Amino acid sequence: MSFRIPFLNLTLGRLLVHFSLMCLVMAWILPTMGLLISSFRDKDQLALTGWWTAFTTSTQNAYGRTGVAGEEFERDERYVLSGNFFEAGSKTIESYNTNFHKLDAYRAGQPLTMKDGSLFTLFQDGSYEWIAEKPFRHKRGKRIFYVAKVPPTFTLDNYVEVLNTEGISQSFINTFVVTIPATVIPITIAAFAAYAFAWMRFPGRQFLFVIVVGLLVVPLQMSLIPLLRIYNDIGRIFDVSGKSYPGIWLAHTGFGLPLAIYLLRNYMGTLPREIIESARIDGANHFQIFTKLVVPLSVPALASFTILQFLWVWNDLLVALVFLGKSDEQIVLTSKIRELLGSRGDNWEILTSSAFISIIVPLIVFFALQRFFVRGLVAGSVKGG
Amino acid sequence: MIDQLLGAVFAVVFGVGICFFYFIGTHYLLEVVFADVRSLQGGVLSRENLRNRLRPWLFLLPALLMLFVYLVYPVYETLRLSFHDFTGERFVGLKNYSWAVQDPELLQAIGNNAMWLVVVPLLSVFFGLLVAVLADRVWWGGFAKSMIFMPMAISFVGASVIWKFVYDFRGPDSEQIGSLNALVMLFGLEPEAWITIPFWNNFFLMIILIWIQTGFAMVILSAALRGVPEETLEAARIDGANEVHVFLKIMVPQIMSTILVVWTTITIIVLKIFDIVLAMTNGQWGTEVLANLMFDWMFRGGGDSGRGSAITLFIMIAVVPVMIWNIRRFRSEEES
Repeated sequence: MSFRIPFLNLTLGRLLVHFSLMCLVMAWILPTMGLLISSFRDKDQLALTGWWTAFTTSTQNAYGRTGVAGEEFERDERYVLSGNFFEAGSKTIESYNTNFHKLDAYRAGQPLTMKDGSLFTLFQDGSYEWIAEKPFRHKRGKRIFYVAKVPPTFTLDNYVEVLNTEGISQSFINTFVVTIPATVIPITIAAFAAYAFAWMRFPGRQFLFVIVVGLLVVPLQMSLIPLLRIYNDIGRIFDVSGKSYPGIWLAHTGFGLPLAIYLLRNYMGTLPREIIESARIDGANHFQIFTKLVVPLSVPALASFTILQFLWVWNDLLVALVFLGKSDEQIVLTSKIRELLGSRGDNWEILTSSAFISIIVPLIVFFALQRFFVRGLVAGSVKGG
Repeated sequence: MIDQLLGAVFAVVFGVGICFFYFIGTHYLLEVVFADVRSLQGGVLSRENLRNRLRPWLFLLPALLMLFVYLVYPVYETLRLSFHDFTGERFVGLKNYSWAVQDPELLQAIGNNAMWLVVVPLLSVFFGLLVAVLADRVWWGGFAKSMIFMPMAISFVGASVIWKFVYDFRGPDSEQIGSLNALVMLFGLEPEAWITIPFWNNFFLMIILIWIQTGFAMVILSAALRGVPEETLEAARIDGANEVHVFLKIMVPQIMSTILVVWTTITIIVLKIFDIVLAMTNGQWGTEVLANLMFDWMFRGGGDSGRGSAITLFIMIAVVPVMIWNIRRFRSEEES
């Protein structure tokens, strides 16, 4: 502990603190980094090499197929077959061979003599030239194996693909359609109720609020089967589907209300009594006091809950699976990504970019409003469940 | 695209509008229906008292109605359904429960849930406390906390994609693109298909929730640690206690009640754990948990509301002690 490093005001103990915290932070952010970086990588590279190699030039073993008989042209009384294995500039050929056992046999540009005596050359840029005395007769292109250097490339292709062909853009809109009312409705209803609990006199006030506290921890799984039955019955009566946006808005409202009422009532209860009483003496009724006085004063608590509920609804999967359909018009991002995990489980270019699209909105909200978010969590937890 | 956006905007305005309409509408209705009236003697009879007695209920009505329909009634209905067959019509007594205690899947789910209940709160609180303490001692602590806290904003599904990529496994001959296998090979060990290894795969799923919940534990515990009076800590240091002693003997006991709150909050989340298991394994390879099994029975074979409800009640029973504890704590706080 007392060992000091000269010039730096660091003891071994403090160094250990820095080091362990750095390790923890790395362990926490690297998984997300991996996802983010991978989503911008070329999909072939992504499938072949780890994301940590994304910034380095990588070596790739691959093969190309030559053209076939009939594609050659004559030059100086010889037959020449030429072409390109890949787009020039995307890779650089190191070495090549006709079989994959000794890939380093011929360097780029160094001619290779085929069994029939013809001469094949593969150049650095991926173009080849195959020169023979007699016309070519092969009907299938010959495979040439090569080692190539691949420079790091980053692209938005994966995002373009998921937004255009995988239906992610529609799910993105659907998620907003679910989230905004499912955030605004509970906060409005809860604010009125919280005010009543905090500042109005009515029989059963204490009893009802204790019930709210009890409901804080009721698992929403309890509600799924009964509500699904109600929704289906209502749907049958009116001959519509039981799965609808208003249905999920109300479900999220119901599930979010206990915490909302609890948080807001606790906050509103701490507002100074004199302000409210003097407003009453001035002849204001409760509706006016609530809208003109209490709501503006409760903005921090309202903001905290709004963020909690927004993140909760945006990130929810279970409620969406039960109360919304899986058609393009209704499927939300989390539900869509879960489907992709099943159907496109190995297409990491699709999964990484879709996942990033789904987490970008919560991340923006989170980093922009972290203060309110933390305050909401602390208020909801230090005092309650 | 424009159609979709317009439809979306309309839906949002409609949904939110109805809600506002109720509160403003009932307010004016109250003012009109129970307006002050001219009394027989010619004076003005104020009915403000009456309005004031009705107003709380207008404020409360939507909330109470919603709470009743979405949370209170379902508790009763789930209980009722658990004694009925898959259609919910025919009474079958305890048949669903006698099925439940013999069903190997369900027993496995209960076992796994029990493991989650021990491991996840323990490690989340441990790492949360560790980061909270360490971050207060370095100049870049705010940044460190933000980074550890960030997963809180990510959905369980998003987190599952992130970690499935970490655990990715390619055949032993091809290059591994999953971070964990690359790390394992760095130490000269064999790559594995982590999420299919029975028993241990449960822990690989738990890591995901720990990764998310540590930030939560850290934030709450960090706030509590700041409440520990500096003089107490100084006094202990002067008496010759080293930092580890100060932490274990003074800080931890002081914030014990907060640790308990964090612990129970994470416990409730763990009891309901669903998304991670569904997205990662869907309960295969011995990773089943109660909430996933319940979801499965909601739809399996056309849906079995009896068995689904019985499984849900196992979750509910586990929650009840926390609920009672919460209410007791609330009551004692109100009295003080």
